[in-house]
Amino acid sequence: MSDQGLPPFQQLLERYSEDVWRTLRAIVGAQAAEDCFQETFLAALRAYPRLRPDSKPRAWLLTIAHNKAIDHLRKAARERSGADEPAGDATAQPDRAIWGAVAALPPRQRAAVALRFIGDLSHREIAAAIGCSEEASRRSLHEGLATLRRQL
Amino acid sequence: MSDPIGRVLAAPAPQARDAARRFADRAAAEHAADLAYGIVASPLGDLLLVSGHNGLVRMHYLDEPLQSVLEALASSRSPRIVASRAAVEPWERELDEYFAGRRRRFEAPVDWEQMPSFQRRVLRATAAIPYGSTSTYGGVAAQAGSPRGQRAAGNALGANPLAIIIPCHRVLRSGGAFGGYTGGVDRKHLLLAIEGVTAL
Repeated sequence: MSDQGLPPFQQLLERYSEDVWRTLRAIVGAQAAEDCFQETFLAALRAYPRLRPDSKPRAWLLTIAHNKAIDHLRKAARERSGADEPAGDATAQPDRAIWGAVAALPPRQRAAVALRFIGDLSHREIAAAIGCSEEASRRSLHEGLATLRRQL
Repeated sequence: MSDPIGRVLAAPAPQARDAARRFADRAAAEHAADLAYGIVASPLGDLLLVSGHNGLVRMHYLDEPLQSVLEALASSRSPRIVASRAAVEPWERELDEYFAGRRRRFEAPVDWEQMPSFQRRVLRATAAIPYGSTSTYGGVAAQAGSPRGQRAAGNALGANPLAIIIPCHRVLRSGGAFGGYTGGVDRKHLLLAIEGVTAL
């Protein structure tokens, strides 16, 4: 039952909860972020004893957050086959244009942009999180950013 | 970050703190976490309470840094540890009542399974010493079935994971000497004074 080297889970919760929240806010919107946040940390807590002590907990958590966010978007798309939920925090008035533009991106581009800007993950880590090649993740990021810059 | 996109996406998210607290409370209540801890103030200083699936696992005086205690628990027991004041509330309440002089026995469950069998026998004998009375190392050793195990009983008491709740402060050296205490002899005096033991 001993797991040499893993810090108490609470430490991850305190250190990374804001990054996880921001990433989810960018991908699924502030409304759905709470549920996805709870699911992310529950899945992480369950899997935690099997995490290798030398792996990076931040990239690991953001990968789980990304998966929960994509699950949520798929489910929402099935249920309301229509417009995506607005991403981000719609109450932040001056930044609405940016949130609106982020929300309009295809999910993979949105995720790549979020993981890069909020998670500060490397291209390799983003590719691993999204589950695609490094080349494809670079492309998603650049296309996403190009679209955003064009619109803003 | 000067990029406006980065600035907006990475804007502070104060909601995350409450969400994290809700998560920890729920993980503890639903036993997704193996251990939950809370720190409570007492007349003897801050106390660290740690509960597990079978009851209270630790009750320590918080004299060393919290982080090193939690790291030791993570490697000896389980790294699935969260902070949840709600999870330790039953023991916190009984301790409050004890310090206020309104409680003479602790009733909330205690994890006996975590102890090696000799220590368990010694600490069970210790838990049976009534409020306001004392025994000796030899006395609890005899109760534990090892009449000559005085020294071993002393070691088992010194490693008591549940200070106050398992009242090792009620065990004195034979011949009236006070004996030691893991939390410091001053605390042992104070606890016995709370219980009205004055002839020392």
